[in-house]
Amino acid sequence: MELLLVMLIGLLYASGIYMMLRRSMVKLIIGLILLGNGANMLIFLLGRIVKGKPPIIDSASKMLTEIYADPVPQALILTAIVISFGLQSFAIILVKRAYKITATDDLDELNTTDEIYE
Amino acid sequence: MIIAILSGFIVASMVPILSKLIKGKGSILLPFLPLGLFAYFISFIPKVSNGIAVDRFYSWVPSFGIDLSFRLDGLSMLFALLITGIGTLVFFYTFSYLKGHPYLDRFYGYLSMFMASMLGLVLSDNIITLFIFWELTSISSFFLIGFNNDDPNSRKSALLALSITGLGGLFLLAGVLLLGTSGGTYSIQDLLSQSEALKSSANYNWIIFLLFIAAFTKSAQFPFHFWLPGAMKAPTPVSTYLHSATMVKAGIYLLARFTPVLGGTPEWNNTLIIVGAVTMTYAAIHALFRLDMKGILAYSTISALGILVFLIGLGTEQALLAAGVFILVHALYKATLFLVTGIVDHETGTRDVSVLSGLRKVMMPVAIAAFLAALSNAGAPPFFGFIGKDLIYEATLYLGDWAYVLTGAAIVTNVCLLFAGLLAGYKPFVGALPTQFEKVHLPHPTMWAPPLILAGLGLLFGLIPSLIEKSIIQPVFTSLVNNETVIHIKLWHGFNIVLGLSLLTLTLGAMLYWKLKPSENLMSKTLRFEVISPKSLVEKFRSLFIGLAQFWTGFFQNGYLRNYVITILGFLTLLLGYRLYQGVNLYIDFASLTDLTIYEVIVVIIMAVSIIFTVFSKSRLVAVASLGVIGYAICLIFLFYSAPDLAMTQFSIDTLTVILFVLVIYNLPKYKTFSSIGVRIRDGVLSIFFGTLIAILTLEVLSEPLNRETSIFYAESAYLLAKGKNVVNVILVDFRGFDTMVEITVLVIAAIGVFSLLKLRLKSIEKE
Repeated sequence: MELLLVMLIGLLYASGIYMMLRRSMVKLIIGLILLGNGANMLIFLLGRIVKGKPPIIDSASKMLTEIYADPVPQALILTAIVISFGLQSFAIILVKRAYKITATDDLDELNTTDEIYE
Repeated sequence: MIIAILSGFIVASMVPILSKLIKGKGSILLPFLPLGLFAYFISFIPKVSNGIAVDRFYSWVPSFGIDLSFRLDGLSMLFALLITGIGTLVFFYTFSYLKGHPYLDRFYGYLSMFMASMLGLVLSDNIITLFIFWELTSISSFFLIGFNNDDPNSRKSALLALSITGLGGLFLLAGVLLLGTSGGTYSIQDLLSQSEALKSSANYNWIIFLLFIAAFTKSAQFPFHFWLPGAMKAPTPVSTYLHSATMVKAGIYLLARFTPVLGGTPEWNNTLIIVGAVTMTYAAIHALFRLDMKGILAYSTISALGILVFLIGLGTEQALLAAGVFILVHALYKATLFLVTGIVDHETGTRDVSVLSGLRKVMMPVAIAAFLAALSNAGAPPFFGFIGKDLIYEATLYLGDWAYVLTGAAIVTNVCLLFAGLLAGYKPFVGALPTQFEKVHLPHPTMWAPPLILAGLGLLFGLIPSLIEKSIIQPVFTSLVNNETVIHIKLWHGFNIVLGLSLLTLTLGAMLYWKLKPSENLMSKTLRFEVISPKSLVEKFRSLFIGLAQFWTGFFQNGYLRNYVITILGFLTLLLGYRLYQGVNLYIDFASLTDLTIYEVIVVIIMAVSIIFTVFSKSRLVAVASLGVIGYAICLIFLFYSAPDLAMTQFSIDTLTVILFVLVIYNLPKYKTFSSIGVRIRDGVLSIFFGTLIAILTLEVLSEPLNRETSIFYAESAYLLAKGKNVVNVILVDFRGFDTMVEITVLVIAAIGVFSLLKLRLKSIEKE
């Protein structure tokens, strides 16, 4: 399974970067999301994956003793997912707003915003 | 003494406050500042001429060995008197010259600042403070050259001068630091006792190289001389004060000051002789082809500075004495000629020597000053210049092998200088007065008196050299040669070869003046050589440099996000790819891998297909929907591999993102392809390379052992310390609770941002 996940991570990174390199703002956001997913999977995999052993202490014992999934990467990813949601929602609304005013989706045309107000 | 030095800075800083007063009647008060200082320094003459240097010490940054220590010895005294004496006259002169100028206050401010810096420079005993004052003179010179700041030529010249002298300043800094480290002290006095050790030190060549560049840039030596003619764009008082009498002599001062410390070696002497000789002849010949009085004087100043460097380079007692005398001689006649030029320019509106003539009829006192200065410059007896010239020939004549060449160079230089002096000091005043100048009248006495005083001194010192022999020249000589030799300067040496050479110079100069008439034609002939002159080379280099910088910036800082991304990723890929190519250590332990189940494979396939859909879909909706599918697939993977919390979070967040996308999707732009096929292939290749690289790196990391210390701590303490059974939750809300709070804050800020963007109503003008 690790090998499959490695390939998946590579694919997520490649597609994320490819989308970020596009001139369309919407594609830029999609690229950002893909890249974020890739990073999450990467952290998840690097913490080593364990099947069916969530880091939850069962009611009888007081600590995790046997083999269990690493809780630290999970905590990190959880934070990352939530933060990236904040970023994505803001970016989506920003693009919508920018499009409403400039009527273009082309990033290359956005560097002329200074002149719009003249 | 510190008050004396700082007084100029104090006055300069008060100028903005007193601006009204200075622009009105108050400006007549300002010349009394340099006058007072002049009197102050005069009062030290009895002490200094007895060979006692005046020391003042103020501790500043003792931990770095930087102190405000000042020392007034013979050499400093000469310069201090020149700075304050000529300063006084220039301050008076400016009073009339720039009367009613809107920026008169500024001008006086810069001038005071310059005077103070220059005094600090020549009085500093600490080489670090010497460097600071050195830089201050460059900066004040920049402001003064660019004083007419609405003239682009002025600004250009100011920049050129600043870049050349500023460059020299950097060399000086490096030089003094190296000198201080090698000698173990920053005090010039203490360095003097280290002289032998310094000369044999491994750094010696570097030290003198750095100091030479500093001195050559400041004192306009070939090939750094070209900023000085440009600096003549400054108002004439500035040219007089900074660019002939004082500032340009700072380099000479530096060389003279360090002669007892570092001089006397073949490297020191030969370099100075060569540079000095080239500069003095090159500039003197150049002076022949100028029409502008200021241009003539600028080149003859460069030539005179060359003579001084040359004399310091000869390094014999004779030569050093000649240098000491010539500093004074030159300051007296050159300042006079500049002041005269200023008057001529001020009254007639032109400085073209081919037009000017007969002015003696309308401004006699000015003409007298000019004649006296021209004669002193020519080295005619009984002027002070005659003594100076005699001493120079005496210095060059008794040198052995090279005596003929060097004396020849000195004669050529002196003949050309004589010609230049006549052109600027004689030609405009003799002959018939053209009708257009008939209305010209004599300016205010504060303008014509200063040159007359200076020229008069040139005659007086020539007639009665004993006036300054013991009081000024002897102490200068003593601080230059650092021994007890007693000197005698006198006008008449009897009939000897030196007198013959003087007469030869006078005759040749007079003949040259008779034969060579300045004209446009003559000047244009020299223009052909401008292409290879150091000035145009520097300018070419500068424009090349600016072009390169623009290209460089434009290439890397082009403002396109994707170009930055491409550059960074491309570089990273190359770097890491090269490293991996050199020795990749891919080792996969198949035994440690988890088993594959059919549903996992299906999830991965679904994900791969959705990714491809997201990237290549032509429809926004499809892309967003596949994005959702990817999220859910990840959610499933989290679930399979023991991360229920992640699965839940991913599920809800992914749902929210897709909903948000779909909600605004009709307000979003249509999905368009902007890039050409070539660009897309390029991006595709880069992305695939980068993805592969990440994948390989991941495999590499997976084959490394993992340190689980942190997780073990959390796993063991989650319940014992925080009474929680879900370890991930405990980490987030308990152990790292503060981080989570900040995270929530970030989300709140994002929410406020979203809300305000949605609610924002632009005014109709802003929408346009």
